[in-house]
Amino acid sequence: MAGITLYDKLWNSHLVKNLDDGTSLIYIDLHFLHEVTSPQAFEGLRLAGRKPWRAGANMATPDHNVPTTKDERSRGVEGILDPVSKIQVKSLDSNCLEFGISEFAIDDPRHGIVHVIGPEQGRTLPGMTIVCGDSHTSTHGALGSLAHGIGTSEVEHVLATQCLVQKKAKNMLIRVDGELGKGVTAKDVVLAIIGHIGTAGGTGYTIEFGGDAIQSLSVEGRMTVCNMAIEAGARAGLVAVDDKTIDYVKGRPFAPNGELWDQAVTAWLELHSDADAEFDRVVVLQAADIVPQVSWGTSPEMVAPVTGKVPDPANAPNDTKRNNYLQALKYMGLEAGTPIQNIKLDRVFIGSCTNSRIEDLRAAAAVVKGRKVAANIKEALVVPGSGLVKTQAEQEGLDKIFIEAGLQWREPGCSMCLAMNADQLGEGEHCASTSNRNFEGRQGFGGRTHLVSPAMAAAAAVHGHFVDVRDVELH
Amino acid sequence: MQKFIEHQGLVMPLDRANVDTDYIIPKQFLKSIKRTGFGKNLFDEARYLDKGLPDADCSGRPLNPDFVMNQPRYAGSTILLARENFGCGSSREHAPWALDDYGFRCVIAPSFADIFFNNCVKNGILLIVLYEKTVDQLFQEIAAQEGYSLAVDLPSQTITKPDGTTIAFEIEDSRKNVLLNGLDDISLTLQNEADITRFEADWQNKAPWLFSQVCA
Repeated sequence: MAGITLYDKLWNSHLVKNLDDGTSLIYIDLHFLHEVTSPQAFEGLRLAGRKPWRAGANMATPDHNVPTTKDERSRGVEGILDPVSKIQVKSLDSNCLEFGISEFAIDDPRHGIVHVIGPEQGRTLPGMTIVCGDSHTSTHGALGSLAHGIGTSEVEHVLATQCLVQKKAKNMLIRVDGELGKGVTAKDVVLAIIGHIGTAGGTGYTIEFGGDAIQSLSVEGRMTVCNMAIEAGARAGLVAVDDKTIDYVKGRPFAPNGELWDQAVTAWLELHSDADAEFDRVVVLQAADIVPQVSWGTSPEMVAPVTGKVPDPANAPNDTKRNNYLQALKYMGLEAGTPIQNIKLDRVFIGSCTNSRIEDLRAAAAVVKGRKVAANIKEALVVPGSGLVKTQAEQEGLDKIFIEAGLQWREPGCSMCLAMNADQLGEGEHCASTSNRNFEGRQGFGGRTHLVSPAMAAAAAVHGHFVDVRDVELH
Repeated sequence: MQKFIEHQGLVMPLDRANVDTDYIIPKQFLKSIKRTGFGKNLFDEARYLDKGLPDADCSGRPLNPDFVMNQPRYAGSTILLARENFGCGSSREHAPWALDDYGFRCVIAPSFADIFFNNCVKNGILLIVLYEKTVDQLFQEIAAQEGYSLAVDLPSQTITKPDGTTIAFEIEDSRKNVLLNGLDDISLTLQNEADITRFEADWQNKAPWLFSQVCA
């Protein structure tokens, strides 16, 4: 009999029962909540007179709506200028209080983007099942946990039952063999993967990322890769547990310690696919072929190497794609055949659950150190993923490097990744962004997003257009 | 939850692949703490020429005449036809809430994103997956015939076209059951309360560190 995959191991260990209709009841270990997708779920509980099944399995933080300016943030929730956002953040506070759910509120030093603070605090542990009303919950799979986004009805369902009704996904292995070149990061790897398999390539699958290039990534880099599994259509992305994972978790505030730690580590070291496990689909990429990526269109699959050009829709493989390309070029205001490095930029955003961790900020700082933001860049934001990332960066002097170079150093939150707060693109503006989605209007009405790595975004800030970061001398 | 058994309605063709949930309902409308009222902002950025604001009255806003939804022949449509990978991106359930609030009861496309699919089932919206060739054919027929409507019958899993011919479609039994009966799945899951409790006790025994997560 063939061995089993990591996904199957995680599924099997959380299977409460198989139901008659082909679905299964799966136990959920940890549930993250934020202000945008939870209010209607709490209201549902209230109307039905239900309580959380296990309040301690939940953790909340407001991140999507929160302002990132010092002025607004210095006054906590009362400082939020947008009255509608304020109501939503306050609703989370009051709902957490009412239902006994622990929250890192807006003024808690540990506050931040939910997918940054979960692993940072050691709430995210290998072998868990984790859900959140946010599609980027796939991030947590980097630690060998089965994690995915859910809708608000499912948020209510998990609160009330500690379970989800699920149909088992298929298994996909994406292997990146060999060694990544200098200046090629986790972000470039995942953008190249999405460019290769397409935004629907992973639909119906759980993707395990493996191979030398993935193993060589830090745990933070693996989070960047798993974060964007959803952009390839897969609800969940996974990386097997190894020594790096264990080292990452050790000593974090909510991680087990003492005898429980030893017991946990023994279990966690089993969290990998067996050598003879069979996958429904295997995709192999060569690390040496991956160069820094830039998205040119309105879907994360519309990527090109920084050395390349905006593609010609005439070469699209079919009519649907051709229409898709034409619509994207029209929205982006780009001509087919334009070299990627000639795309002029107006703004730069370094942040989001994809790329706002300390290593991301270090990579960006190394590029801008001793340089200045180009004159045509109206605004360049650096938004750390959490209060603790911010503090760490300040201890390392990164904030000063950014400020001296002319970038703005902000308070933590989702910020311009989805622009629910005041951090938005203007109509027609092009932005080099370390976030995860280049959809129409995502970063602001009429805004034009180009997805890149933190180092590429930093280099673009300095030059005012895209440059190949491999040619930039680092400080 | 509302049931879906059978439905007949006008079809609106949205000739676009990878329609993401940001496109269906932009983020500024997600600040609402309610489940209703999103219909007027469905496809907001494509539908209106100006920037939409939450809680604003939309009746006087300039409409984009090129967007299919604003063409008089599609007014009152309740079935949406689109291209592949419909509903990708964000997990926001506000997307099906907006479709439902506007009046769409059914979406037909060659493929849908996973999370969006689940969210629609939870709101009594039927998603029908058809071959790309069949979807293409429907796009052509709609363009050729004003007032084109389809009759969808879930029990028999068929769509009847204006000329009386039918198209069969597949749907998972579990989803069909939920839609036909309008089931409240929390109540259904809680029928397994004893199993969940038993599993939880056993799991706590095997992985006690998951049940003692307190800040060191």
